[in-house]
Amino acid sequence: MPSDGESEEWARLMRQAKRGDAHAYRRFLLSVAPVLRSVARRNCARIGLDGGEAEDVVQETLLAVHLKRHTWDPDRPIAPWIMAIARNKLIDVRRRKGNDANLPIEEMLDTLTADRDDRSLDRMDLDRLLEKLDDRQRELVRALSIEGRSVKETAERLEMSEGAVRVALHRAIKALASLYRGDGQ
Amino acid sequence: MKTEQLIDVLVADNATPQARFPLIYAASLIVAIGVAALIFFASIGVRPDLAAAATSPWVWLKIGVNLALAATSAKLLPRLGEPGQSMGVWGLALLIGPVVLAAGVGAELAMSPASSWWPKLVGTHAKYCLMLIPMLSAGPLACLFFALREGAPTNAGAAGAAAGLLASSMGATLYAFHCTDDSLLFVAVWYSIAIALIVAAGYALGPRLLRW
Repeated sequence: MPSDGESEEWARLMRQAKRGDAHAYRRFLLSVAPVLRSVARRNCARIGLDGGEAEDVVQETLLAVHLKRHTWDPDRPIAPWIMAIARNKLIDVRRRKGNDANLPIEEMLDTLTADRDDRSLDRMDLDRLLEKLDDRQRELVRALSIEGRSVKETAERLEMSEGAVRVALHRAIKALASLYRGDGQ
Repeated sequence: MKTEQLIDVLVADNATPQARFPLIYAASLIVAIGVAALIFFASIGVRPDLAAAATSPWVWLKIGVNLALAATSAKLLPRLGEPGQSMGVWGLALLIGPVVLAAGVGAELAMSPASSWWPKLVGTHAKYCLMLIPMLSAGPLACLFFALREGAPTNAGAAGAAAGLLASSMGATLYAFHCTDDSLLFVAVWYSIAIALIVAAGYALGPRLLRW
């Protein structure tokens, strides 16, 4: 498990994020990602998936953490919550990739320590799924990620209000999560 | 897309307001109770002799064991919708209703002659019990599945089964106000079968409908 100090820090950042602090939320996600990466790599290696596929798991887990963050009770420790989500996504991936190795995912909770290679690989899964969004949603996600624009800039460029951009973005993120699950594919 | 780029997208979405899951669950539960009550009063309603029956402690015990099951499963269910939550004492607390029922059945058997056991068990309206409890459970089950979909159940089968247990024990509690078979032997057999059917349905539907 992540150290207690780290977990406390995540909880603190998440509480700030819930109050609308985008900066705290970014720090939270950037701090969680390497831990998820180490969990995903370890488990993916055991079920015969490579590091790139592990990064797909990291991205899918981050999406789930984001969309389900209202299920974390701010009075409870956050690490078990994050790890339960990671474990769930690893089980999904194991099922989806057709590898029925009986290696239990649970073990990751004990074996998780250092080995934090921070390099994230450029991944294909998400790009492939992006192609399945409608044009407007895809443009939005691209503008905010690859082009690194702000919501305000994106709104101006696409001639939408900021509110409309936010609504469309939230729908796009939900659509991506649903595509990961394989709904409607 | 790199993970850092995905994070940019998620951060941009941080401002979207989200209701906390316990709030969504509480609202869904209220709607579930409302829907069940509405269907109950619009269809079968309470038994005509309720005032007379209400003087019997057995009738209250019949209602009470179902209510206990509904109340304990209502406390358990939201825990199954939050990752990293354990069932705590609520898994064990589910047994309160069944244990009281078993004790009641024991008392009833001790107080009545063996020749009356079989007629009590068979009752007069077993068929209605098996049809009407599931009918009253369907609406609540849909509400509870809606709530769980907003949550993040890590064990979809268990969450679905628990939703089935809550929905059917709500249905059974209401049905107990209509049903004129007042033997706890009858409750232990027929109510249990009706509840088990809905629990099994919830367990089967969970993995299909509760993925996230």
